[in-house]
Amino acid sequence: MQFRNHEVMGGIMELASRYVDEGADELVFYDITASPEGRSVDRRWINRVAEVLNIPFSVAGGIRSVQDAEAVLNFGADKISINSPALANPDLIGELAKRFGSQCVVVGIDSREEDDTYHVYQFTGDPDKTRHSGRLTIDWVREVQERGAGEIVLNCMNQDGVRQGYDLAQLTLVREQCTVPLIASGGAGTMQHFADVFTAAGVDGGLAASVFHSAAINIQALKKYLRKQSVEVRL
Amino acid sequence: MTAKTVAIIDGGGANIASLNFALARLGCSGELTVDPARISAASHVILPGVGDAADCMTRLRDANLVDLIGSLRQPFLGICVGLQLLLDGSEENQARCIGVFPGLARRFAAARGRPVPHMGWNRVHRRRESPLFADIPDGTHFYFVHSYAADVTSDTLASTDYGRSFAAVLERDNFVAAQFHPERSSRQGAQFLENFLRT
Repeated sequence: MQFRNHEVMGGIMELASRYVDEGADELVFYDITASPEGRSVDRRWINRVAEVLNIPFSVAGGIRSVQDAEAVLNFGADKISINSPALANPDLIGELAKRFGSQCVVVGIDSREEDDTYHVYQFTGDPDKTRHSGRLTIDWVREVQERGAGEIVLNCMNQDGVRQGYDLAQLTLVREQCTVPLIASGGAGTMQHFADVFTAAGVDGGLAASVFHSAAINIQALKKYLRKQSVEVRL
Repeated sequence: MTAKTVAIIDGGGANIASLNFALARLGCSGELTVDPARISAASHVILPGVGDAADCMTRLRDANLVDLIGSLRQPFLGICVGLQLLLDGSEENQARCIGVFPGLARRFAAARGRPVPHMGWNRVHRRRESPLFADIPDGTHFYFVHSYAADVTSDTLASTDYGRSFAAVLERDNFVAAQFHPERSSRQGAQFLENFLRT
């Protein structure tokens, strides 16, 4: 099981150290404004993070080419995560997988329920630029795997930021179609929500941001709780 | 720790930075190289290996390192694909490998509840005692990222399970290989690396 934390720059080192001390299994660093603004992440910080982190970490945001990805990995990231650029240029997934191996290539999917179906959205980092990608979530989940994605982070937008629990129905549906690791994102508010997503939806990891940033949930305490609920975690 | 000269064999993959930083945190520095003289002269040699096993072998062959690696007598550590490169071969693109350890790296079959690649923290259980596991409790979690794995053999120092039992650490003479990433396995991973550097 893995936990991931999502952080929008600022106080990166302090947060990263705190999460490592608390026992996070993996960190994800997002620059969610990178794609809508057409710029890439400022990558110097990756080196500083890699220097102190002894757990795996991914970098997401503005990775549009094999060269972008190579720079991020060379700075010390373990994985790269792509979202909007994969929608704009699906071939990028295969190119990255071929060059770095599928295990390095995470595809993030922002999915929203409309008319009883799940739809993929892009440029979700900026509300003004967010738009429907024209793809259905389940089709995109299948396609990115065929193209070589080694992991999928499914961000359920209806749940995001409201702390009412992960979207178990959607995650269960996607799990059926997903033979690579699936990470749940969006909706975590309580420890029970984490237990639910692991036991009911069978995901491989739970990603959360605000509940960890605000220290509403301490990761060590959460993992002890999960172990009591018979969820296998590293303490 | 006393001064060590650690050669990291440059297999051409990205992702060497994390290993170098892990060594630096132990007060050691690794030199990334394909120079046979520098590799031979190092006190310790690490073969990280990232990406496709067949590609890695092509690069090692092009650099004339295959026979050299097999003949080294100083402590040698293969990590992840580096473990697979030390086997006879891998199912991955039918790679013929270095052959320090008998056996083939075989691909995992994806199944419900067992996605492939296998990415995550697994408990590692030792099968015999070794200084490599000094101060590391049995059953400690280490971080794995891989789609292929070696079967458990008499060289297997520690094993874990992902649908099938597989070798987490192999050891034969001066050769050690870890399927997990010690550089990304938190405190205990650092301890494993430190134990290796002490051999």
